[in-house]
Amino acid sequence: MELNISLAPEILFKIGSFPVSNSFFWMVVVSISLMILILTIRYKFKQVPGRTQAAFEILIEGGLDFVQSIIEDKDIAKKVFPLVFTLFLFIMLANLITFIPGSAVVLESGEGKVSLFRAVMSDYGIVIVMTLVAVITAQIVAIISFGPFGYLGKYFNFSGMKEFFSELFRGKLKFGLLAQGFLDIFLGLMDIVGEIAKIVSLSFRLFGNIFAGEVLGMVMLFLMPWFLPLPFQFLSLLTAVVQAFVFAVLTLMFISLALKIDDEDLNEKATV
Amino acid sequence: MEEVEGLKYIAAALSIGLGAIGSGIGEGMIAAKALEAIGRNPEAGGKITPLIFVTMAITESTAIYSLVVSLIILFG
Repeated sequence: MELNISLAPEILFKIGSFPVSNSFFWMVVVSISLMILILTIRYKFKQVPGRTQAAFEILIEGGLDFVQSIIEDKDIAKKVFPLVFTLFLFIMLANLITFIPGSAVVLESGEGKVSLFRAVMSDYGIVIVMTLVAVITAQIVAIISFGPFGYLGKYFNFSGMKEFFSELFRGKLKFGLLAQGFLDIFLGLMDIVGEIAKIVSLSFRLFGNIFAGEVLGMVMLFLMPWFLPLPFQFLSLLTAVVQAFVFAVLTLMFISLALKIDDEDLNEKATV
Repeated sequence: MEEVEGLKYIAAALSIGLGAIGSGIGEGMIAAKALEAIGRNPEAGGKITPLIFVTMAITESTAIYSLVVSLIILFG
C-alpha cells in the first residue's frame, strides 16, 4: 500500500519565482467563482426574486439574524456581518468543491506525478492567514472599545498591587491584598497565553478536520474501494459545512467578547 | 533504524488513541444533555441544535490536535 500524503501542498507550476501550489490554485478558483456569483446576483437584482436570488436572500437574512442575536446591536452587527459571512461562504465553498468527482486527476510535472486537486483548507498556510485576520480584527475591536490603556490594562493588571502599596503607605500591612495583586498579574499574563492559544486552536481545528477527512477518505479507499468510503464521505460532507459555520461563529464570538465590557470593570468604574 | 520507525507508528497510534478519549466522553455528554433538554422543551430544539454543533466542534478540537500530531509524526 503506497499512500501519497504530505502536509505541505504540492507545487503545480511556477510563475517567475512564485510557486503555485494546487491548494493555492483552488483558492483562487473559489475566490473568483464566489466573486462572479455575488456580482451577477448584485447586478441582476430584481424586485421579484428569481430562484438563485431568493436562495441568497434567505441565506443572508438568516446570517444577519444570527449575527444580531449574538451582537445585540444592529449597527455593529451590520459592520461585523460582512467579515463573518465572507469567511463562512468562502470556507464552505472551498470545502464543498472537493466533493466534485475527479479528484484523482494527476499532472505530470518535472519531479513526478502531482495531483491537481487538493482541499483548500488542508493547506495550513491559507488557514493560518484567515485565523490571523480573524484574531487581529478582534484585537483591533478590543482596542477601539476599551481604549489603548484599558486594552493594555487587561493584560498587565497592576490595580491590586497599587491598592496594596497605597494601604502600606498608610501603615497597614494587608497580605490578602498582596496575594490578590499577584493573582491579578498572573491572570493578566495568562490572558496573553489565552490570546495566543486562540490562534492555535482556531487554525488547527479547521486544518485538522479537513486534512483528516481527506486522509481518512484515502485510507478507506485503499481498504475497500467503492463502498467503504461512502459513509465517511457523508461524514466529511457534514464536517465541511459545520467547520465553516464554527470558524465563522468563533470569529463572531471573539469580536463580541472584545466589544463587551465586563461587569467587574463596570463596578470598578462605578466605585472609582 | 527500523526500531525508530516502529516507535514512530506506536507514538502516532498512542497520540490519537489517548487524545480521543476525553473528547469522546465530552461529546457524548453534550449530546446527552442536549437531547435531554430538547426532550423536556421541544420548542427550544431550533435554538439548541446550532449550539450543539458549535460546542461539539470545540470539544472535538483536542482530539483534532492529537490527530494533527500523529499525522505530523507519520507523514511530516
